Amino acid sequence: MTGTPMADLIVVGGGLHGCSAALHAAKRGLSVIVIEKDNAGRHASGVNAGGVRRLGRNYAEVPISVRSMEIWHRIGDLVDDDCGFQRCPQIKVAETEAELETLEKRAADLRELGFTHEVIVDQQELRRLLPAVAPHCVGGLASLDDGFAIPYNTTFAFQRKARALGVQFFEKTRVEKVRRDGKDWHVDTSAGTFKGRNLLNCAGAWAGEIARQLGEHAPIEAIAPMMIVTARMKRFCDAVVGGCGRPLSFKQAENGTVIIGGGRRGYPDPKTNKSEMRFSQLRYSAETAIGIFPIMKSATIVRSWAGIEGRMPDDIPVIGPSSTHENAFHAFGFSAHGFQLGPAVGEIMAELIATGHTNAPIAPFSITRFAKS
Amino acid sequence: MSATTKNRYDVAIIGAGPAGMAAAVEVTRAGLSAIVLDEQPAPGGQIYRGIETSDEKRTKVLGPDYAAGRDIAKAFRACSAEYLPGATVWNIDSALGIDVSLGQGSKHIQAGAIVVATGAIERPTPMPGWTLPGVTTAGALQILLKANGVVSDDVVFVGSGPLLSLIAAQMLKAGVKPRAIVETVPQSRYVAALKHLPAALGAASYLVKGLAMMLSLRRAGVPIYRDATGIRIEGNGKAEAVTFTSGGKSHRLETTSVALHQGIVPNQQVTRLLRCDHEWNKSQHCFVPKVDEYFETTMADVYVAGDGAGIGGAVAARLRGRLAGLRIAEKAGRGNAQERRSVTDALMREAKIRPLLETLYAPSPEILAPADETLVCRCEEVTAGDIRKAVDLGAPGPNQVKSFLRSGMGPCQGRMCGLAVSEIIASRRGEPISEIGYYRIRPPLKPLLLSELAALESEEAVPADLADESAAVH
Repeated sequence: MTGTPMADLIVVGGGLHGCSAALHAAKRGLSVIVIEKDNAGRHASGVNAGGVRRLGRNYAEVPISVRSMEIWHRIGDLVDDDCGFQRCPQIKVAETEAELETLEKRAADLRELGFTHEVIVDQQELRRLLPAVAPHCVGGLASLDDGFAIPYNTTFAFQRKARALGVQFFEKTRVEKVRRDGKDWHVDTSAGTFKGRNLLNCAGAWAGEIARQLGEHAPIEAIAPMMIVTARMKRFCDAVVGGCGRPLSFKQAENGTVIIGGGRRGYPDPKTNKSEMRFSQLRYSAETAIGIFPIMKSATIVRSWAGIEGRMPDDIPVIGPSSTHENAFHAFGFSAHGFQLGPAVGEIMAELIATGHTNAPIAPFSITRFAKS
Repeated sequence: MSATTKNRYDVAIIGAGPAGMAAAVEVTRAGLSAIVLDEQPAPGGQIYRGIETSDEKRTKVLGPDYAAGRDIAKAFRACSAEYLPGATVWNIDSALGIDVSLGQGSKHIQAGAIVVATGAIERPTPMPGWTLPGVTTAGALQILLKANGVVSDDVVFVGSGPLLSLIAAQMLKAGVKPRAIVETVPQSRYVAALKHLPAALGAASYLVKGLAMMLSLRRAGVPIYRDATGIRIEGNGKAEAVTFTSGGKSHRLETTSVALHQGIVPNQQVTRLLRCDHEWNKSQHCFVPKVDEYFETTMADVYVAGDGAGIGGAVAARLRGRLAGLRIAEKAGRGNAQERRSVTDALMREAKIRPLLETLYAPSPEILAPADETLVCRCEEVTAGDIRKAVDLGAPGPNQVKSFLRSGMGPCQGRMCGLAVSEIIASRRGEPISEIGYYRIRPPLKPLLLSELAALESEEAVPADLADESAAVH
């Protein structure tokens, strides 16, 4: 490199959150550099199940999720690409009366908080929405206006649009050190040093080290949620389905293949970027899928994979300013459910960085919750 | 040999072709326990397929090189290795645990060392019309000949490589005359290959055999069209004709059966799954796993014998299998350095013919750069143009193209399109293919029933944190 590249904002990490924040910051007129050690969307952002889901979220996440959903419903306006987004119900299936009661309580809680997007469906309605569901399933909780998208195409579209707005991407560039020099941030990488007025940590499973260099404690754990895809099947499912009592994420893609995930984890190795499947665990996902959809007994798996993702101990992300430094920010640790949040969190981070404040309710996501007393 | 009874073996060998069989004989001779897992119902691999049941007539048609497999199979049957036919390996983990499907259920086997002897596959040959019914690979045609003695009577062979004339000559012996051979080798290659001729004389028997085959084809009057370009397979719903240009003239051969071939390349699914390092072999124009002189990969205790380590042919495969076996024995303290040296010497003699063959029969430029509308990934119906478009949008390599277009995500896991996709990306980006790389390969290696996975024997219980994770919808 000749000279030191400079920008108003340096984003560490080219996943969906990094690309989204970069895009929104560029829209606000900031100059932005994104530094990514692999390629954009290489990890959790590119290989997740693609669920665009408000359903079943942690209560603290619901307002941001609802805001994000509004963006998803007109995603083409933002990134000039439909991201493969399909509107369809997200349904959490209850296999027992006790499970249905849990879901009813949740729906009531949400109504009290002022949110009406999650509704209880009875057995008859469940069967109407999911004709192939097993007879023992008694009902469910549904968010009818959710959907799914194609993860890699989405991240790629955000990157492309960000680039079109002038964001510079440095891929295959590993951040080694972030340090403060006067008012500016110096980011030392495998391709030299970058300078920025602001710093945003979107490094996913690798974000803990950046936080550490800022003097902050972020007990992030690398996890590798596993997924399976089957050969094409005749269309039988027009919703994204989850389990209530057993972890599951289940949907049939446009081309007929079925994508099954949910909770089961392989072995991640963030040092080498590799993850390994753990079929002794994945078998439970297979069992659950067949349990809820008996038609899956004859399905054939053609592929399985696991992406590396960062998980926080309380399963909600870190979103907000650094607690130790001015002009440093975090958005990481989405704990395997950050995909739907990407569009809104990027918008919130850009607002926060450009103006110094946001009205979004991000207090529960402060990094200070892990500060050692 | 006995049916499988154990879950732990000193050596697991995947594939019962010449390399796998030879490795099994060698390691059991040294007193190690071994299991051989093979998808086929009987030993032999593709090259010696059906060798134990082939009658005199069929063996004569297939020739003495094929008949040589008999002794190898006999020695394999006599050794103490456990042999599991009809077994599909669908996963191998980094601790050398192997998941194998036996049709009804899956079995988990723990190995101390693995010999990958999964051989070669035919190079993908994307060209107009290659997906029409009636079009097969030349190898598939030969399998029919070996397994069932079946031959088709109006075949037009299209492509490049010694296998084309071999199969055509075998068909003649079986009493069926192929319609024609449409060879894509440009004239200039003969000139380029000439400089390798002196070295090839060190393996003169191959040259003699090659000449004899050509002679028999000429005597029988099988038309051979040379330096063919602009090849298209035409037809409405099925193959009806092959059109091409040769000798400055356009030709149209009507046929319902077309056999394509552009040489063979290592079957790298297992070594890719295990994340062994691979390198681009310029001469063979394909990726090969990096191996040391004993065919051990960059992953300790994982060996690749046979054509999987780079194309060397059946004789070399057998020698490589022996060498890998001898090395494994040596590591276990049962070495025989003298024998190892003699096998290495024989391998070097065997390799002398390769530069000539590889120069002469390099893949045709047409299949390396198919036209935009040509299908490349057959499973997901992705064209060369789709791939170029994804590259133009910024996809830097095969894995991003895969994520974008689903190419290589179908049931064949990229076997049929992998090399072609890497080639197209490399040329579109103007970067060397060694930099572009290849698909990451994920398990299962072969399609697996979901119910079979659900029934997988597991010693691991459901972890408590996951069992409680009722809200897990990703």
